Amino acid sequence: MIKKYRFLIARRVTQISIICLYVIANIFGINILMGNLSSSLVLKTVPLSDPYAVIQMAFAGAIISFDILLGAFLIAIFYMIVGGRAFCSWICPVNMITDLANFLRRKLGFNQIQKKQPASRNIRYWVIAISFVLSFIMGIAAFELISPVSMIHRGIIFGLGFGWATMLVIFLFDLFVLKNGWCGYICPLGGFYSLIGRFSFIRVHHNAPNCTACMKCKDVCPENQVLHMVTKTSIPVLSGECTNCGRCVEVCDDDALNFSIKNLKKENKNEVR
Amino acid sequence: MNSSKNQPVSERRKFFLDIARAVGLAVLGGLTWSAYLSEVKATSLILRPPGALDENDFLATCIKCGMCVEACPFDTLKLAKPGDNKPLGTPFFEPRKIPCYMCTDIPCVPVCPTDALNIKSLQNKESKLDISKAKMGVAVVDDNSCIAFWGIQCDACYRACPLLGEAITIEYSKNERTGKHAFLKPIVHADICTGCGLCEKACVTQKAAIFVLPRDIALGKAGDHYIQGWNNEDDKRVQDATSEITKTKLSKDGAVKSLNNSKDMEDLLK
Repeated sequence: MIKKYRFLIARRVTQISIICLYVIANIFGINILMGNLSSSLVLKTVPLSDPYAVIQMAFAGAIISFDILLGAFLIAIFYMIVGGRAFCSWICPVNMITDLANFLRRKLGFNQIQKKQPASRNIRYWVIAISFVLSFIMGIAAFELISPVSMIHRGIIFGLGFGWATMLVIFLFDLFVLKNGWCGYICPLGGFYSLIGRFSFIRVHHNAPNCTACMKCKDVCPENQVLHMVTKTSIPVLSGECTNCGRCVEVCDDDALNFSIKNLKKENKNEVR
Repeated sequence: MNSSKNQPVSERRKFFLDIARAVGLAVLGGLTWSAYLSEVKATSLILRPPGALDENDFLATCIKCGMCVEACPFDTLKLAKPGDNKPLGTPFFEPRKIPCYMCTDIPCVPVCPTDALNIKSLQNKESKLDISKAKMGVAVVDDNSCIAFWGIQCDACYRACPLLGEAITIEYSKNERTGKHAFLKPIVHADICTGCGLCEKACVTQKAAIFVLPRDIALGKAGDHYIQGWNNEDDKRVQDATSEITKTKLSKDGAVKSLNNSKDMEDLLK
Protein backbone atom coordinates (compact mmCIF):
# COMPACT_ATOMS: atom_id res chain seq x y z
CA MET A 1 0.00 0.00 0.00
CA ILE A 2 2.70 2.45 0.98
CA LYS A 3 4.65 1.44 -2.09
CA LYS A 4 1.69 2.60 -4.18
CA TYR A 5 2.07 6.09 -2.73
CA ARG A 6 5.76 6.25 -1.94
CA PHE A 7 6.55 9.24 -4.17
CA LEU A 8 3.35 11.03 -3.24
CA ILE A 9 4.18 10.69 0.45
CA ALA A 10 7.79 11.74 -0.12
CA ARG A 11 6.61 14.78 -2.06
CA ARG A 12 4.15 15.88 0.59
CA VAL A 13 6.82 15.42 3.27
CA THR A 14 9.27 17.55 1.26
CA GLN A 15 6.72 20.26 0.49
CA ILE A 16 5.50 20.54 4.05
CA SER A 17 8.89 20.30 5.72
CA ILE A 18 10.28 23.05 3.50
CA ILE A 19 7.39 25.29 4.47
CA CYS A 20 8.02 24.35 8.12
CA LEU A 21 11.68 25.29 7.83
CA TYR A 22 10.74 28.71 6.47
CA VAL A 23 8.10 29.19 9.15
CA ILE A 24 10.37 28.30 12.08
CA ALA A 25 12.97 30.68 10.69
CA ASN A 26 10.45 33.51 10.70
CA ILE A 27 8.67 32.75 13.98
CA PHE A 28 11.35 31.21 16.21
CA GLY A 29 14.49 32.48 14.50
CA ILE A 30 15.79 28.96 13.86
CA ASN A 31 17.64 29.96 10.74
CA ILE A 32 18.12 26.75 8.78
CA LEU A 33 16.24 28.15 5.81
CA MET A 34 15.51 31.89 5.82
CA GLY A 35 13.40 33.91 3.43
CA ASN A 36 10.95 32.29 1.06
CA LEU A 37 10.86 30.66 -2.37
CA SER A 38 11.70 33.94 -4.09
CA SER A 39 15.03 34.16 -2.32
CA SER A 40 16.45 32.25 0.65
CA LEU A 41 19.52 31.80 2.71
CA VAL A 42 20.51 28.27 3.74
CA LEU A 43 22.25 28.00 7.12
CA LYS A 44 22.95 31.75 6.96
CA THR A 45 25.53 31.21 4.20
CA VAL A 46 24.29 29.79 0.88
CA PRO A 47 22.01 32.12 -1.09
CA LEU A 48 19.27 30.64 -3.25
CA SER A 49 17.09 32.67 -5.61
CA ASP A 50 14.31 32.09 -8.07
CA PRO A 51 16.02 32.42 -11.49
CA TYR A 52 12.78 33.41 -13.21
CA ALA A 53 12.28 36.27 -10.74
CA VAL A 54 15.88 37.38 -11.20
CA ILE A 55 15.50 37.49 -14.99
CA GLN A 56 12.34 39.58 -14.61
CA MET A 57 14.22 41.93 -12.29
CA ALA A 58 16.97 42.28 -14.87
CA PHE A 59 14.36 43.17 -17.49
CA ALA A 60 12.88 45.67 -15.04
CA GLY A 61 16.23 47.43 -14.92
CA ALA A 62 17.30 46.43 -11.42
CA ILE A 63 20.97 46.18 -10.59
CA ILE A 64 21.42 42.46 -9.89
CA SER A 65 23.52 41.84 -6.79
CA PHE A 66 26.09 39.07 -6.63
CA ASP A 67 24.13 37.20 -3.95
CA ILE A 68 20.99 36.68 -5.98
CA LEU A 69 22.97 36.01 -9.14
CA LEU A 70 24.79 33.21 -7.36
CA GLY A 71 21.52 32.03 -5.80
CA ALA A 72 19.72 31.94 -9.14
CA PHE A 73 22.67 30.12 -10.69
CA LEU A 74 22.67 27.45 -7.97
CA ILE A 75 18.94 26.85 -8.34
CA ALA A 76 19.14 26.72 -12.13
CA ILE A 77 21.98 24.18 -12.02
CA PHE A 78 20.15 22.09 -9.42
CA TYR A 79 17.00 21.81 -11.49
CA MET A 80 18.95 21.21 -14.68
CA ILE A 81 20.22 18.06 -12.97
CA VAL A 82 17.20 16.74 -11.08
CA GLY A 83 14.53 17.70 -13.62
CA GLY A 84 13.28 21.24 -13.97
CA ARG A 85 9.74 20.80 -12.84
CA ALA A 86 10.71 18.77 -9.82
CA PHE A 87 10.19 22.19 -8.26
CA CYS A 88 6.53 22.04 -9.21
CA SER A 89 5.78 18.63 -7.74
CA TRP A 90 8.24 18.47 -4.86
CA ILE A 91 8.50 22.06 -3.55
CA CYS A 92 5.71 24.32 -4.79
CA PRO A 93 2.85 24.67 -2.26
CA VAL A 94 0.31 25.32 -5.03
CA ASN A 95 0.89 21.73 -6.13
CA MET A 96 -1.04 20.51 -3.08
CA ILE A 97 -4.05 22.63 -4.06
CA THR A 98 -4.05 21.60 -7.71
CA ASP A 99 -3.43 17.95 -6.84
CA LEU A 100 -6.48 18.06 -4.58
CA ALA A 101 -8.56 19.56 -7.39
CA ASN A 102 -7.26 16.93 -9.78
CA PHE A 103 -7.99 14.14 -7.28
CA LEU A 104 -11.58 15.36 -6.89
CA ARG A 105 -11.91 15.59 -10.66
CA ARG A 106 -10.97 11.94 -10.99
CA LYS A 107 -13.09 10.74 -8.07
CA LEU A 108 -16.19 12.73 -8.94
CA GLY A 109 -16.01 11.95 -12.63
CA PHE A 110 -15.51 15.45 -14.04
CA ASN A 111 -12.91 13.99 -16.35
CA GLN A 112 -15.60 11.87 -17.99
CA ILE A 113 -17.91 14.78 -18.79
CA GLN A 114 -15.12 17.08 -19.95
CA LYS A 115 -12.61 15.05 -21.86
CA LYS A 116 -11.07 17.64 -24.13
CA GLN A 117 -9.37 20.65 -22.58
CA PRO A 118 -10.10 23.74 -24.69
CA ALA A 119 -6.73 25.40 -24.21
CA SER A 120 -3.16 25.13 -25.32
CA ARG A 121 -0.41 24.07 -22.97
CA ASN A 122 1.79 26.65 -24.67
CA ILE A 123 -0.05 29.49 -22.94
CA ARG A 124 2.60 29.39 -20.19
CA TYR A 125 5.39 30.21 -22.64
CA TRP A 126 3.38 33.18 -23.88
CA VAL A 127 2.93 34.29 -20.29
CA ILE A 128 6.71 34.13 -19.83
CA ALA A 129 7.25 36.31 -22.90
CA ILE A 130 4.59 38.81 -21.80
CA SER A 131 6.06 38.94 -18.29
CA PHE A 132 9.46 39.90 -19.69
CA VAL A 133 7.98 42.57 -21.96
CA LEU A 134 5.88 44.04 -19.14
CA SER A 135 8.81 43.92 -16.70
CA PHE A 136 10.81 45.93 -19.20
CA ILE A 137 8.08 48.47 -19.91
CA MET A 138 6.79 48.90 -16.35
CA GLY A 139 10.14 48.68 -14.56
CA ILE A 140 8.89 46.08 -12.12
CA ALA A 141 9.12 42.27 -11.96
CA ALA A 142 5.73 41.72 -13.59
CA PHE A 143 4.87 38.16 -12.60
CA GLU A 144 6.25 38.49 -9.09
CA LEU A 145 3.56 41.06 -8.27
CA ILE A 146 0.71 38.75 -9.22
CA SER A 147 2.27 35.32 -8.74
CA PRO A 148 -0.12 33.09 -6.79
CA VAL A 149 2.81 30.76 -6.12
CA SER A 150 4.81 33.28 -4.12
CA MET A 151 1.62 34.88 -2.78
CA ILE A 152 0.48 31.62 -1.21
CA HIS A 153 3.92 30.56 -0.06
CA ARG A 154 4.69 33.98 1.37
CA GLY A 155 1.25 34.01 2.94
CA ILE A 156 1.87 30.79 4.82
CA ILE A 157 5.13 32.15 6.23
CA PHE A 158 4.39 35.85 6.75
CA GLY A 159 0.61 36.13 7.00
CA LEU A 160 -2.01 35.27 4.43
CA GLY A 161 -4.42 38.22 4.23
CA PHE A 162 -6.77 37.60 1.35
CA GLY A 163 -4.35 34.99 0.01
CA TRP A 164 -6.91 32.31 0.84
CA ALA A 165 -9.04 33.73 -1.96
CA THR A 166 -6.18 33.15 -4.38
CA MET A 167 -5.95 29.55 -3.19
CA LEU A 168 -9.67 29.11 -3.70
CA VAL A 169 -9.57 30.67 -7.16
CA ILE A 170 -6.88 28.26 -8.30
CA PHE A 171 -8.71 25.32 -6.73
CA LEU A 172 -12.03 26.15 -8.37
CA PHE A 173 -10.37 26.92 -11.70
CA ASP A 174 -8.64 23.55 -11.73
CA LEU A 175 -11.72 21.71 -10.52
CA PHE A 176 -14.36 23.23 -12.77
CA VAL A 177 -12.75 25.11 -15.64
CA LEU A 178 -9.62 23.40 -16.85
CA LYS A 179 -8.02 20.13 -15.77
CA ASN A 180 -4.60 21.01 -14.34
CA GLY A 181 -5.40 24.51 -15.55
CA TRP A 182 -3.00 26.51 -13.42
CA CYS A 183 0.05 24.24 -13.28
CA GLY A 184 -0.36 22.66 -16.69
CA TYR A 185 -1.38 25.62 -18.83
CA ILE A 186 -0.82 29.03 -17.29
CA CYS A 187 1.89 29.12 -14.63
CA PRO A 188 4.97 30.73 -16.23
CA LEU A 189 7.17 29.53 -13.39
CA GLY A 190 6.34 25.95 -14.36
CA GLY A 191 6.95 26.92 -17.97
CA PHE A 192 10.31 28.36 -17.05
CA TYR A 193 11.33 25.21 -15.21
CA SER A 194 10.11 23.18 -18.21
CA LEU A 195 12.63 25.04 -20.33
CA ILE A 196 15.41 24.52 -17.78
CA GLY A 197 14.49 20.87 -17.23
CA ARG A 198 14.87 19.93 -20.87
CA PHE A 199 18.38 18.64 -20.23
CA SER A 200 17.91 17.06 -16.82
CA PHE A 201 19.31 13.63 -16.02
CA ILE A 202 16.59 12.12 -13.87
CA ARG A 203 13.84 10.81 -16.12
CA VAL A 204 10.92 8.44 -16.08
CA HIS A 205 11.74 5.58 -18.42
CA HIS A 206 9.10 3.54 -20.23
CA ASN A 207 9.54 -0.16 -20.83
CA ALA A 208 7.01 -0.94 -23.56
CA PRO A 209 7.13 -4.78 -23.48
CA ASN A 210 5.90 -4.74 -19.88
CA CYS A 211 3.05 -2.35 -20.63
CA THR A 212 -0.50 -3.73 -20.60
CA ALA A 213 -2.05 -0.49 -21.85
CA CYS A 214 -4.17 0.00 -18.73
CA MET A 215 -3.68 3.78 -19.10
CA LYS A 216 -3.61 4.38 -15.38
CA CYS A 217 -0.45 6.46 -15.87
CA LYS A 218 -2.09 8.78 -18.40
CA ASP A 219 -5.09 9.11 -16.15
CA VAL A 220 -3.08 10.25 -13.18
CA CYS A 221 -0.42 12.30 -14.98
CA PRO A 222 -0.85 16.10 -14.68
CA GLU A 223 1.02 16.61 -17.96
CA ASN A 224 -0.10 13.50 -19.83
CA GLN A 225 1.13 14.73 -23.20
CA VAL A 226 4.65 13.83 -22.03
CA LEU A 227 3.63 10.14 -21.84
CA HIS A 228 3.02 9.91 -25.59
CA MET A 229 5.33 6.87 -25.86
CA VAL A 230 3.38 4.70 -23.46
CA THR A 231 2.48 1.30 -25.01
CA LYS A 232 4.55 2.21 -28.08
CA THR A 233 8.28 2.60 -27.57
CA SER A 234 10.79 2.06 -24.79
CA ILE A 235 12.21 5.56 -24.42
CA PRO A 236 12.56 7.94 -21.51
CA VAL A 237 10.13 10.81 -20.99
CA LEU A 238 12.21 13.55 -22.56
CA SER A 239 9.85 16.52 -22.36
CA GLY A 240 10.80 19.21 -19.87
CA GLU A 241 7.14 19.50 -19.00
CA CYS A 242 7.28 16.25 -16.99
CA THR A 243 7.21 17.26 -13.32
CA ASN A 244 9.03 14.13 -12.09
CA CYS A 245 6.22 13.63 -9.60
CA GLY A 246 6.46 9.87 -9.98
CA ARG A 247 2.70 9.24 -9.90
CA CYS A 248 2.91 7.23 -13.12
CA VAL A 249 5.62 5.05 -11.62
CA GLU A 250 3.46 4.42 -8.57
CA VAL A 251 0.23 3.55 -10.34
CA CYS A 252 1.90 1.26 -12.87
CA ASP A 253 1.20 -2.35 -11.84
CA ASP A 254 3.34 -3.83 -14.59
CA ASP A 255 6.74 -2.29 -13.90
CA ALA A 256 6.61 -0.49 -17.24
CA LEU A 257 7.57 2.92 -15.85
CA ASN A 258 10.55 3.67 -13.63
CA PHE A 259 12.89 6.49 -12.72
CA SER A 260 16.32 6.27 -14.28
CA ILE A 261 19.27 8.45 -15.07
CA LYS A 262 19.23 9.46 -18.68
CA ASN A 263 22.77 8.74 -19.86
CA LEU A 264 23.23 5.64 -17.73
CA LYS A 265 20.24 4.06 -19.39
CA LYS A 266 21.70 4.69 -22.82
CA GLU A 267 24.91 2.93 -21.91
CA ASN A 268 22.99 -0.06 -20.60
CA LYS A 269 21.09 -0.28 -23.81
CA ASN A 270 24.30 -0.33 -25.79
CA GLU A 271 25.66 -3.15 -23.68
CA VAL A 272 22.58 -5.30 -24.25
CA ARG A 273 22.88 -4.89 -27.97
CA MET B 1 -21.82 30.45 -49.16
CA ASN B 2 -22.34 26.72 -49.36
CA SER B 3 -18.86 26.01 -50.57
CA SER B 4 -17.24 28.05 -47.84
CA LYS B 5 -19.27 26.20 -45.21
CA ASN B 6 -18.41 22.76 -46.44
CA GLN B 7 -14.81 23.26 -47.34
CA PRO B 8 -12.38 22.81 -44.48
CA VAL B 9 -10.26 25.81 -43.60
CA SER B 10 -7.03 25.62 -45.56
CA GLU B 11 -3.77 25.01 -43.73
CA ARG B 12 -2.57 28.43 -44.76
CA ARG B 13 -5.64 30.17 -43.43
CA LYS B 14 -5.51 28.12 -40.23
CA PHE B 15 -1.90 29.15 -39.72
CA PHE B 16 -2.72 32.84 -40.00
CA LEU B 17 -5.84 32.52 -37.87
CA ASP B 18 -3.85 30.76 -35.15
CA ILE B 19 -1.23 33.48 -35.16
CA ALA B 20 -3.87 36.22 -35.06
CA ARG B 21 -5.61 34.48 -32.17
CA ALA B 22 -2.41 34.00 -30.19
CA VAL B 23 -1.28 37.59 -30.69
CA GLY B 24 -4.73 38.91 -29.88
CA LEU B 25 -4.94 36.93 -26.66
CA ALA B 26 -1.40 37.96 -25.71
CA VAL B 27 -2.30 41.63 -26.18
CA LEU B 28 -5.52 41.16 -24.21
CA GLY B 29 -3.68 39.49 -21.34
CA GLY B 30 -0.77 41.89 -21.46
CA LEU B 31 -2.97 44.98 -21.31
CA THR B 32 -5.03 43.65 -18.42
CA TRP B 33 -1.89 42.68 -16.58
CA SER B 34 -0.17 46.02 -17.17
CA ALA B 35 -3.27 47.91 -16.03
CA TYR B 36 -3.05 46.07 -12.72
CA LEU B 37 0.69 46.71 -12.46
CA SER B 38 0.35 50.45 -13.03
CA GLU B 39 -2.41 50.62 -10.41
CA VAL B 40 -0.15 48.87 -7.92
CA LYS B 41 2.84 51.04 -8.73
CA ALA B 42 0.76 54.15 -8.12
CA THR B 43 0.31 53.41 -4.41
CA SER B 44 2.91 55.79 -3.07
CA LEU B 45 1.79 56.18 0.55
CA ILE B 46 4.05 53.49 1.90
CA LEU B 47 6.96 53.59 4.33
CA ARG B 48 9.92 51.36 3.49
CA PRO B 49 12.65 49.89 5.72
CA PRO B 50 15.80 51.98 6.34
CA GLY B 51 18.18 52.31 3.42
CA ALA B 52 15.51 51.53 0.80
CA LEU B 53 16.23 52.75 -2.73
CA ASP B 54 13.94 55.26 -4.46
CA GLU B 55 10.46 53.77 -4.62
CA ASN B 56 10.69 52.93 -8.34
CA ASP B 57 14.13 51.34 -8.05
CA PHE B 58 13.03 49.60 -4.88
CA LEU B 59 10.01 48.03 -6.60
CA ALA B 60 12.23 46.77 -9.40
CA THR B 61 14.95 45.45 -7.11
CA CYS B 62 13.12 43.96 -4.11
CA ILE B 63 12.70 40.19 -4.61
CA LYS B 64 10.09 39.99 -1.82
CA CYS B 65 11.94 37.35 0.21
CA GLY B 66 11.01 38.83 3.58
CA MET B 67 14.43 38.45 5.14
CA CYS B 68 14.35 42.05 6.41
CA VAL B 69 11.03 41.20 8.06
CA GLU B 70 12.58 38.15 9.74
CA ALA B 71 15.57 40.18 10.88
CA CYS B 72 13.48 42.93 12.49
CA PRO B 73 13.47 42.25 16.26
CA PHE B 74 10.41 44.42 16.93
CA ASP B 75 8.10 42.99 14.24
CA THR B 76 7.97 46.49 12.82
CA LEU B 77 8.35 45.36 9.22
CA LYS B 78 5.55 43.49 7.48
CA LEU B 79 5.27 42.02 3.99
CA ALA B 80 2.33 43.44 2.07
CA LYS B 81 -0.32 40.76 1.70
CA PRO B 82 -3.43 40.67 -0.47
CA GLY B 83 -5.86 43.12 1.12
CA ASP B 84 -3.22 45.59 2.29
CA ASN B 85 -3.57 47.47 -1.02
CA LYS B 86 0.19 47.79 -1.33
CA PRO B 87 2.58 46.24 -3.86
CA LEU B 88 2.31 42.57 -2.92
CA GLY B 89 5.12 41.03 -0.93
CA THR B 90 7.12 44.21 -0.44
CA PRO B 91 8.17 45.20 3.11
CA PHE B 92 6.64 48.22 4.83
CA PHE B 93 5.83 49.50 8.29
CA GLU B 94 3.05 51.42 9.97
CA PRO B 95 4.52 53.59 12.76
CA ARG B 96 1.26 54.12 14.66
CA LYS B 97 1.13 50.32 15.13
CA ILE B 98 4.84 49.54 15.51
CA PRO B 99 7.44 52.24 14.73
CA CYS B 100 11.05 51.63 13.72
CA TYR B 101 13.12 51.54 16.91
CA MET B 102 16.29 52.44 15.03
CA CYS B 103 18.53 49.53 16.10
CA THR B 104 22.15 50.66 15.99
CA ASP B 105 23.22 47.44 14.22
CA ILE B 106 20.36 47.81 11.66
CA PRO B 107 19.73 44.04 11.33
CA CYS B 108 17.19 44.43 8.53
CA VAL B 109 19.57 45.93 5.99
CA PRO B 110 22.63 43.64 5.65
CA VAL B 111 20.39 40.57 5.12
CA CYS B 112 18.88 42.05 1.95
CA PRO B 113 20.12 39.80 -0.86
CA THR B 114 19.32 42.22 -3.68
CA ASP B 115 20.62 45.48 -2.14
CA ALA B 116 17.16 46.98 -2.49
CA LEU B 117 18.02 48.06 1.05
CA ASN B 118 21.25 49.82 0.32
CA ILE B 119 23.74 49.48 3.16
CA LYS B 120 25.98 52.21 1.72
CA SER B 121 23.34 54.85 2.30
CA LEU B 122 23.49 54.08 6.04
CA GLN B 123 27.26 54.18 6.47
CA ASN B 124 29.13 57.18 7.81
CA LYS B 125 32.58 58.30 6.70
CA GLU B 126 34.33 55.53 8.65
CA SER B 127 31.94 53.10 6.86
CA LYS B 128 30.29 52.24 10.15
CA LEU B 129 26.56 51.68 10.29
CA ASP B 130 24.71 54.79 11.35
CA ILE B 131 20.93 54.47 11.60
CA SER B 132 20.51 58.22 12.02
CA LYS B 133 21.34 58.51 8.31
CA ALA B 134 18.15 56.61 7.48
CA LYS B 135 15.55 58.45 5.45
CA MET B 136 12.44 56.27 5.75
CA GLY B 137 10.10 59.23 5.70
CA VAL B 138 9.58 62.52 7.46
CA ALA B 139 7.34 63.47 10.38
CA VAL B 140 4.69 66.08 9.66
CA VAL B 141 2.74 67.99 12.32
CA ASP B 142 -0.92 68.84 11.82
CA ASP B 143 -1.00 72.03 13.90
CA ASN B 144 -4.79 72.05 13.92
CA SER B 145 -5.07 68.88 15.94
CA CYS B 146 -1.76 69.10 17.82
CA ILE B 147 -2.77 70.11 21.36
CA ALA B 148 0.58 71.84 21.91
CA PHE B 149 -0.51 74.34 19.28
CA TRP B 150 -3.72 74.87 21.25
CA GLY B 151 -1.68 75.87 24.26
CA ILE B 152 -2.02 72.62 26.21
CA GLN B 153 1.35 71.46 27.49
CA CYS B 154 2.48 68.33 25.66
CA ASP B 155 5.91 67.34 24.46
CA ALA B 156 5.28 63.59 23.96
CA CYS B 157 6.69 63.55 20.43
CA TYR B 158 9.72 65.59 21.41
CA ARG B 159 10.48 63.19 24.26
CA ALA B 160 9.90 60.10 22.12
CA CYS B 161 12.24 61.20 19.35
CA PRO B 162 15.41 59.07 19.29
CA LEU B 163 17.29 62.10 17.93
CA LEU B 164 16.01 64.19 20.83
CA GLY B 165 16.46 67.89 20.35
CA GLU B 166 17.71 67.44 16.78
CA ALA B 167 14.92 66.03 14.65
CA ILE B 168 12.19 67.68 16.72
CA THR B 169 12.78 70.89 18.65
CA ILE B 170 10.37 72.84 20.80
CA GLU B 171 9.65 76.41 19.81
CA TYR B 172 8.48 78.64 22.63
CA SER B 173 6.12 81.49 21.86
CA LYS B 174 3.79 83.59 23.92
CA ASN B 175 0.19 82.52 24.33
CA GLU B 176 -1.60 85.80 23.67
CA ARG B 177 -4.96 84.33 24.72
CA THR B 178 -3.97 83.86 28.36
CA GLY B 179 -1.21 86.41 28.30
CA LYS B 180 0.91 84.50 30.77
CA HIS B 181 1.55 81.07 29.25
CA ALA B 182 3.75 79.76 26.47
CA PHE B 183 3.09 77.57 23.48
CA LEU B 184 5.55 74.65 23.31
CA LYS B 185 5.29 73.94 19.62
CA PRO B 186 7.04 70.88 18.18
CA ILE B 187 9.01 71.68 15.01
CA VAL B 188 10.29 68.86 12.79
CA HIS B 189 13.61 69.32 11.05
CA ALA B 190 13.25 67.36 7.84
CA ASP B 191 16.98 67.19 7.14
CA ILE B 192 17.55 65.24 10.37
CA CYS B 193 14.29 63.33 10.82
CA THR B 194 14.68 59.65 9.84
CA GLY B 195 10.97 58.90 9.69
CA CYS B 196 11.17 56.22 12.36
CA GLY B 197 7.71 57.13 13.61
CA LEU B 198 8.36 56.94 17.36
CA CYS B 199 6.72 60.38 17.60
CA GLU B 200 3.65 59.14 15.74
CA LYS B 201 3.46 56.18 18.09
CA ALA B 202 3.81 58.44 21.15
CA CYS B 203 1.33 61.12 20.06
CA VAL B 204 -1.45 61.43 22.62
CA THR B 205 -4.27 62.61 20.34
CA GLN B 206 -6.95 60.20 19.21
CA LYS B 207 -5.55 60.11 15.69
CA ALA B 208 -1.88 61.07 15.62
CA ALA B 209 -1.33 64.81 15.07
CA ILE B 210 2.29 64.07 14.10
CA PHE B 211 2.73 61.36 11.51
CA VAL B 212 5.31 60.05 9.10
CA LEU B 213 4.85 60.47 5.37
CA PRO B 214 7.12 59.34 2.53
CA ARG B 215 9.63 62.12 1.86
CA ASP B 216 8.60 62.36 -1.79
CA ILE B 217 5.10 63.27 -0.71
CA ALA B 218 5.71 65.45 2.32
CA LEU B 219 8.60 67.61 1.09
CA GLY B 220 8.70 70.32 -1.52
CA LYS B 221 11.74 71.41 -3.50
CA ALA B 222 12.96 74.99 -3.97
CA GLY B 223 14.92 74.17 -7.10
CA ASP B 224 18.17 75.67 -8.40
CA HIS B 225 16.94 79.22 -8.82
CA TYR B 226 16.94 80.13 -5.14
CA ILE B 227 20.11 80.54 -3.13
CA GLN B 228 20.47 81.17 0.58
CA GLY B 229 22.92 84.04 0.16
CA TRP B 230 23.46 84.31 3.92
CA ASN B 231 24.50 80.67 4.12
CA ASN B 232 28.12 80.17 3.06
CA GLU B 233 27.59 76.52 2.16
CA ASP B 234 24.60 77.27 -0.04
CA ASP B 235 26.24 80.35 -1.51
CA LYS B 236 28.96 78.18 -3.01
CA ARG B 237 26.46 76.91 -5.54
CA VAL B 238 26.61 80.32 -7.22
CA GLN B 239 30.39 80.36 -7.50
CA ASP B 240 30.49 77.51 -10.00
CA ALA B 241 27.36 78.60 -11.80
CA THR B 242 27.72 79.54 -15.43
CA SER B 243 25.92 82.70 -16.41
CA GLU B 244 24.15 82.59 -19.68
CA ILE B 245 22.51 85.62 -21.25
CA THR B 246 19.60 84.70 -23.42
CA LYS B 247 18.73 86.82 -26.41
CA THR B 248 15.12 86.96 -27.41
CA LYS B 249 13.10 89.32 -29.50
CA LEU B 250 12.28 91.27 -26.35
CA SER B 251 15.77 91.61 -24.93
CA LYS B 252 17.22 92.84 -28.22
CA ASP B 253 16.82 96.54 -27.43
CA GLY B 254 16.56 96.31 -23.66
CA ALA B 255 13.43 95.71 -21.65
CA VAL B 256 11.94 99.22 -21.40
CA LYS B 257 12.58 100.14 -24.99
CA SER B 258 11.08 97.01 -26.43
CA LEU B 259 8.05 97.39 -24.17
CA ASN B 260 7.51 100.96 -25.37
CA ASN B 261 8.03 100.09 -29.01
CA SER B 262 5.72 97.11 -29.15
CA LYS B 263 2.19 97.65 -30.40
CA ASP B 264 0.42 95.36 -28.03
CA MET B 265 0.90 92.28 -25.88
CA GLU B 266 0.19 89.95 -28.76
CA ASP B 267 3.12 91.39 -30.60
CA LEU B 268 5.35 90.62 -27.65
CA LEU B 269 4.30 87.05 -27.41
CA LYS B 270 5.12 86.29 -31.01
